[in-house]
Amino acid sequence: MKESTPLPFWVPFSYTVLVLLAVLYIAPIIFMLVGSLKPDDRILVEAGSIKAFWPDSTSLQNYSDVFRRVDFGRYMFNSLFIATMIVAWGLVLNSLAGYAFARLRWRGRDVIFAMVVVMMIIPLEAIAVPLFYQVTLLGWRDTYIVQIVPFIANSFSIYLFYTFFLGLPKELEEAAHVDGAGVLRTFLVVIAPNAKPAFATVAVLTFLTQWGSFLWPLMVTTAEAVRPLPLGLAAFHTLPPLQWGDIFAFGVMMVAPILVLFVVFQGWFVRGVASTGIKG
Amino acid sequence: MQTFCKRTSNLKAYGPIGMCAPALGGLLLFVVLPFFLAILLSFTNLRIGSPLGVEFFGFEQFKRIFVDQAFLRALCNNVLFALIVVPLQTLLALLLALLLNQSLKGAILFRTLFFMPVVFPLSLVSVIWVLIFAPGPNGMMNAFLQFITFNMWSPRDFLHDPRLALPAITLTSLWQGVGFQMVIMLAGLQAIPEELYEAAIVDGAHRWQTFWYITFPQLRNTLIFVVLVTTILAFRLFDQVQIMTRGGPNKASTTVMYETVQAAFSRQQVARGSAMTVVFFLIVLLLTLLQRRVARQEREVA
Repeated sequence: MKESTPLPFWVPFSYTVLVLLAVLYIAPIIFMLVGSLKPDDRILVEAGSIKAFWPDSTSLQNYSDVFRRVDFGRYMFNSLFIATMIVAWGLVLNSLAGYAFARLRWRGRDVIFAMVVVMMIIPLEAIAVPLFYQVTLLGWRDTYIVQIVPFIANSFSIYLFYTFFLGLPKELEEAAHVDGAGVLRTFLVVIAPNAKPAFATVAVLTFLTQWGSFLWPLMVTTAEAVRPLPLGLAAFHTLPPLQWGDIFAFGVMMVAPILVLFVVFQGWFVRGVASTGIKG
Repeated sequence: MQTFCKRTSNLKAYGPIGMCAPALGGLLLFVVLPFFLAILLSFTNLRIGSPLGVEFFGFEQFKRIFVDQAFLRALCNNVLFALIVVPLQTLLALLLALLLNQSLKGAILFRTLFFMPVVFPLSLVSVIWVLIFAPGPNGMMNAFLQFITFNMWSPRDFLHDPRLALPAITLTSLWQGVGFQMVIMLAGLQAIPEELYEAAIVDGAHRWQTFWYITFPQLRNTLIFVVLVTTILAFRLFDQVQIMTRGGPNKASTTVMYETVQAAFSRQQVARGSAMTVVFFLIVLLLTLLQRRVARQEREVA
């Protein structure tokens, strides 16, 4: 909010542009939401008219159809389980590492940390194929493990914790130290409680990435029993008979958990995503 | 800190390494190892389930992928996609960020709205847009284009049209991604010191002057970063292609990642997929180094 007192002629213009773009922006979301409440045969017929955004008759039929046609609960459980595990273990492991890099002195620290920073530029896509070969050799395909374990340790999470811990006052540890606390206890009792923003940012970013994860599960799973929601949706989308109302109902239920998280923790989402801009 | 290290002298040696070990072990096994394995495998003929033994293959895989029409098409498509998406997305995000950075009522509401698609999984976004691009006059995009062109537009089957499949994917990606860049730019705008604007007002600068001489130079590094990230994302393009077009029609919308997955996963050609992966990584590395260089120059100038 830097540019205080905007010029009067500027304000209506700004609003016009914002409202126009907002209408275009929200249209696909409304289309999905309204479509999920409509009878299947109406959706395609009305997609080209303004009726696409207004339900004449609403029913939850599509939602119950989803549960009748596929094991939606299974996909939902898989997604929640995988994402929660990665977030929880990731918070523990990466914060410990970030702390050791930021606040403790040990031989080789700077060299190893430099390597962790370099790893941030390697996207999953660049290592997916050999990783796929590795887990095939390990016999990990079609398991939860293969979708969880490789993504717990994360160089970017370590980096985010590192920068946050660097900014904490030194007195925190000194006080704990007078009480004779060890490194681990100092971390748990003094540092962690003062680093809630870092934990929240990493948690939100990790959850967001994992909830949409598609490429990796597509490569390493074939059994529906362990597949997450995005793969469930892709399969449902091609499952005959093609019923768009059901597909949209699936979509609404799939995005609901993360949308609820987003609305409740909006600040953290925005700050978390904005923080990815810091590393430049 | 000094006394801290002395008192816990035995922990000093093992404590920090012990704290790092689990995370470092994970990175070693699931980032570093596959990274080097990718390079190693790209020089072999490895194929899962092949009766032939694994042999050193030299640069054969690279020679093969660079005469593979599908892979070359994929590279072109990624470049094309980046050339369209990067400027459009950056400009749109910049426009939104500038509009929202004024003290307008309801700015938070608009920010929420434009950011919302970012939390949508790409698979879901792709499925929604498949229906938006439905063929015939009843398709939403066709109807919309007819409406704004006063019926000059004749309905097309976007996703099965070799010339429109990639643009359709581009628009989908644009819709999903703008909020991400917008938020980064908003953070960049809000980091600009207020004094600069106050000084400009005292000097009697016009609105566009303050933008051109203060906002734009101050935002430069953010812009460079956003352009880099968007370009790298453009080369990672996969989910939309898999769901919306499967690279079709006739490879018109295939991408590097789509071809890589086809080779490694559908045809079990791990070595060939690894070679494509190496090419992909070299592109990412090149872009990153380029960004570092440009950003450093800007800093020296400033």
